[in-house]
Amino acid sequence: CLESLIRIVALIQLRKITICSDIPQTEKKGKIQQIKYLIQMIHSVLCWISEKRLRMYMRTLRMWPLFLCDPLQKWMKFQRDFENFKTACIPWEMKIKEIESHFGSSVASYFIFLRWMYGINMIIFGLTFGLVMVPEVLMGKPYGTLPRKTVPRAEERTAMNFATLWDFSGLAQYSVLFYGYYNNQRTIGWLKFRMPLSYFLVGVGTIAYSYMVVIRTMARNANEEGGGDDTSFNFSWKMFTSWDYLIGNPETADNKFASITTSFKEAIVEEQENRKEENIHLTRFLRVLANFLALCTLAGSGYLIYFVVRRSQKFALEGLDNYGWWERNEVNMVMSLLGMFCPTLFDVISSLENYHPRIALRWQLGRIFALFLGNLYTFIIALMDEINLKLEEEKIVKYNMTIWEASLYNGTIPENATAPPIQVDPADVPRGPCWETMVGQEFVRLTISDTMTTYITIIVGDFLRAVFVRFFNYCWCWDLEYGFPSYSEFDISGNVLGLIFNQGMIWMGSFYAPGLPAINVFRLHTSMYLQCWAVMCCNVPHERVFKASRSNNFYMAMLLFILFLSTLPAVYTIVSIPPSFDCGPFSGKIRMFEVISETLENDFPSWFGKVFSYASNPGLILPFILLMV
Amino acid sequence: CGSDNLINCMTGCLLHGRYHEMAPNIVPMDYTKDPDVKLPIQLIINMPELKENPFKERIVEAFSEDGDGNLSFNDFVDMFSVLSEMAPRELKAIYAFKIYDFNTDNFICKSDLEKTLNKLTREELTAEEITLVCEKVIEEADMDGDGKLAFADFENMISKAPDFLRYKNCLKNYQMFFLYIFCSSWKDDGLAKC
Repeated sequence: CLESLIRIVALIQLRKITICSDIPQTEKKGKIQQIKYLIQMIHSVLCWISEKRLRMYMRTLRMWPLFLCDPLQKWMKFQRDFENFKTACIPWEMKIKEIESHFGSSVASYFIFLRWMYGINMIIFGLTFGLVMVPEVLMGKPYGTLPRKTVPRAEERTAMNFATLWDFSGLAQYSVLFYGYYNNQRTIGWLKFRMPLSYFLVGVGTIAYSYMVVIRTMARNANEEGGGDDTSFNFSWKMFTSWDYLIGNPETADNKFASITTSFKEAIVEEQENRKEENIHLTRFLRVLANFLALCTLAGSGYLIYFVVRRSQKFALEGLDNYGWWERNEVNMVMSLLGMFCPTLFDVISSLENYHPRIALRWQLGRIFALFLGNLYTFIIALMDEINLKLEEEKIVKYNMTIWEASLYNGTIPENATAPPIQVDPADVPRGPCWETMVGQEFVRLTISDTMTTYITIIVGDFLRAVFVRFFNYCWCWDLEYGFPSYSEFDISGNVLGLIFNQGMIWMGSFYAPGLPAINVFRLHTSMYLQCWAVMCCNVPHERVFKASRSNNFYMAMLLFILFLSTLPAVYTIVSIPPSFDCGPFSGKIRMFEVISETLENDFPSWFGKVFSYASNPGLILPFILLMV
Repeated sequence: CGSDNLINCMTGCLLHGRYHEMAPNIVPMDYTKDPDVKLPIQLIINMPELKENPFKERIVEAFSEDGDGNLSFNDFVDMFSVLSEMAPRELKAIYAFKIYDFNTDNFICKSDLEKTLNKLTREELTAEEITLVCEKVIEEADMDGDGKLAFADFENMISKAPDFLRYKNCLKNYQMFFLYIFCSSWKDDGLAKC
């Protein structure tokens, strides 16, 4: 509180001056007189006094009456500094503000959504890493001690190749990244850490946490939206109070000018939309027509997908070797082509509808969402088929195992006697086809290929295009910047949907591949930097800049729907498919959720088990669920 | 004589330091003879606090006595005190009105609004957009229906603005570093000057 101390001392001195000098009473002149004295003092003192001496003088004054401080000013200053500190702590806040000032709040809303997703993924990553992967690494049996933890002899040669690792087989498959590595021992290590229970609870917990966060965010946003703001002097306030007088830095000033311009443009768009006169009947007819066309497109693509999937199942039954490249990759190709052309078609249809740009974006999002649900459907069907195949294979392997074990003893003992087990190298034991690891691998491969596609699209579609337009404009027949291809605009709907579907994949796959949230956190982190750079460097703002709706509840609603859809397959596989017999933390059980009942029997006192069995009566659970809903 | 007065004194002292350092050969250190010295506008609008402000010329002109932008030290002190945090809202509104009134006719008319908008957006808006915004502003704020804003209309509108009084419309208070020096020297022989 040195400032206050100085003020006190100066105050006292000033009082003394006021008493004994003849300063005139008019305030202004008095002020100037005081200033004259002060100036003389300061300039004469500056020559000979040093900072050290100054501090010495201050210490000799020995006056610390803090109650004469001006607390209100200090409190205001503290509040301001704290606000600045809080804003500086939010990650990527400056980047997003810069994007908002140049591109408007709708583009910035995508990046805010991305940052929010990053937060959720960090928490999920924390749970899976801390409670599943780390205990297994620290306290479980190391690599090579068990058959499930070792690369089979047949694959050993290629286990460390980059191509194998990129495909997530080989060494990557037999690591903590996937379900199959985990041992089914009930407790591990000196902590008696219950690995299977932890695995199960973390899986259920991540889904529960995601539900909670999404619903809570929706509720909070709904509250904010109801607040409403006073728009009675909207344009006047924008004009007279938007400049920030504290700005001294030229770059900040540039951003501020851009943000003011964008804010004006947004308000102008709103005003123009309000003033538009419509011919109600024509508009309604056109909108009905547009919806009909969109529905036709969706139905057509849905039927096409169904047809193609049926054909590929038929091909798989007959053996893929009879068919050429197109038949093998038919499903993927059809999906990609639909994904490329249908959004453009929807764009054209939406020009019939003549909506406010914000509403038009929502319709676009909804339609492309419905289209991508077809993608999801084929993926799940393909996965289910593979799982069934592996289950069949497992039965055969189990049968072969008994024959192999018998051959080890090689007829030295009679059939039904017990004998000490022969030591076999884990790499040589025949393996069951671990369907859970296969599922995990599929999700990881999908995430990686999705990421690669996005990055390559950004680099080729945005960056190379911008480079081409900029540098070839000088030697081209028509003006590349105004005509085709010109600079690209940021595709909000495509990016938002990509993010949402990616998250759906993560939710589905993280039970079978605990390493998947880690990969996703890395992907989101790099994605944020790459997209921020790409937007500022290669994109131009939309022609009509519109204000994003403050609540973002539309994105949240889609996310909730995808969350629901992605929990269904996971729950189905947990509840109805038996786990593999030789891999994963639930091997040997009949159903995965038996780990809960096992824990209740062994670890809790008996009365607890009784209470739980009464409580899990469907008659109690149903009303409880209804109450929560 | 509260700490307000004191702060004003200290600030004034520091301000004179800044005023002097802008043109050391013109501004005297000794004010006992009350010299009539004015700094030209070009020097003042290059101060770091004002350099990036789109309205810097208008600000300086609003505080100069004859409206041409040359500030004496008194005007300089007035400018910084009105822009500081401690000026009352009414005072700020008066000077804000003066700043935005480009043709100094005591009304903010359509051409003033257009100039303000162009300065704010660095002329990025098209002519129709500018016309639309100016019409909307007059529609929102003009109470007496004469097509331009008098001070009463402006004050009515600005007093309801949530952002107007926040510190972003002010300049920072200066550091009170020189108080150290002042205090130590005054302790011993300051009284002798009385």
